[in-house]
Amino acid sequence: MNGVPLAAYIGLGMIMFTTGVVGVIIRRNPIVIFMCIELMLNSVNLTFLTFARYQMAARSSDALGMQNSLMAGQMMVIFVMAVAAAEVAVGLGIIMAIYRLRDSVDIDELNLLRG
Amino acid sequence: MNQSIGGVAITPELLLFGAVAGAATLCAIGVVAFNNAIRSALCLVVNFFLLAFLYFTLNAEMLGITQVVVYTGAIMVLFLFVIMLLNLGGLSLLVERRDPKKYLGILLGCGMFVLLGSQLLPQLVSVNAKTLDPEMAKFGGPEAIGRTLFTTYVYPFEAVSILLLIGIVGSIMLAKRRI
Repeated sequence: MNGVPLAAYIGLGMIMFTTGVVGVIIRRNPIVIFMCIELMLNSVNLTFLTFARYQMAARSSDALGMQNSLMAGQMMVIFVMAVAAAEVAVGLGIIMAIYRLRDSVDIDELNLLRG
Repeated sequence: MNQSIGGVAITPELLLFGAVAGAATLCAIGVVAFNNAIRSALCLVVNFFLLAFLYFTLNAEMLGITQVVVYTGAIMVLFLFVIMLLNLGGLSLLVERRDPKKYLGILLGCGMFVLLGSQLLPQLVSVNAKTLDPEMAKFGGPEAIGRTLFTTYVYPFEAVSILLLIGIVGSIMLAKRRI
C-alpha cells in the first residue's frame, strides 16, 4: 500500500517477534511454545516481503536488480514456510513421544538433559 | 487528507493498515496470554489470516494464498490434532505458577522491543513505497514465482524437498510405537 511507511510494517514485525520471544520464555505448555515459534517465523516472513517490496524506493532505475530482489524476498519466504512445516511435523512428533513416555508435557519438569 | 502525525501523512491506506495490524497484534498477544491451548491456536489462525491480507497489500498474491493454505490449512490443523490427541482437558489445567521467570520474560521482551525499535524505526519512517508499474506488479503472481523457483533457485528447492522428505520419515518414526 502506498500511503504506509516502511516503519509501520517493520514495527508490526517487531511486535510479533517480541511477543513470540516472550511466549517462549514464559509459557510452560510446549504446544503453545511451538505456536510462539510459528509467530516468530511469520514475523520474519512479513519483514522479508516488506523489504522486498520497499527496496523499490531505494533504486528505481535498475529494472533487473529490482526484479531479482523482489523475487529473492519471496523465495526466502517460501523456504521459511517449508522449513516451518518440517519443523512442526517433527516437533509435534517429539511432543507426542514425550507424552507417551511420561504422561505429562510440562516443560519445566522435562529436565532429564540437565547436566 | 493532509493531516499528519510526526511527519507521516494520514492516508486511508494507513488507517486500514492500522486496523489490520492492531488486530494482528491483539491476536499475537492472545496466543501468549490465553491459558487454554485451543484458544491460543484459534488466535494464531486469525493472526495468520490477517498476515495473509498484509501479504496481498505487499503485492505478494501468491504468497498470501500459500500462507492461508499452508499455515492455516495444514500447520494449524496439525496443531489442533495434537491438542486433541493429547486430550488437553488435562493440559489446560497446567496452572501457570506465579514465578519470577514470567515477569523477567515480559521485562526482557519489552527491553528488546525498545532497544530495537529506538535504533531501527526512526530511520524508516520516511521511507515510502512507490507505485509499481504494471510490468513489475506481475512479479507476485504464480507464473513469476514458479519460473524463478525452478530456474535460479532450483538447488535450494531440491534441498528443501530432501528436508521435507526427512521430516516426513522422522515424524513417522517418532509417531509409531513399534517399527
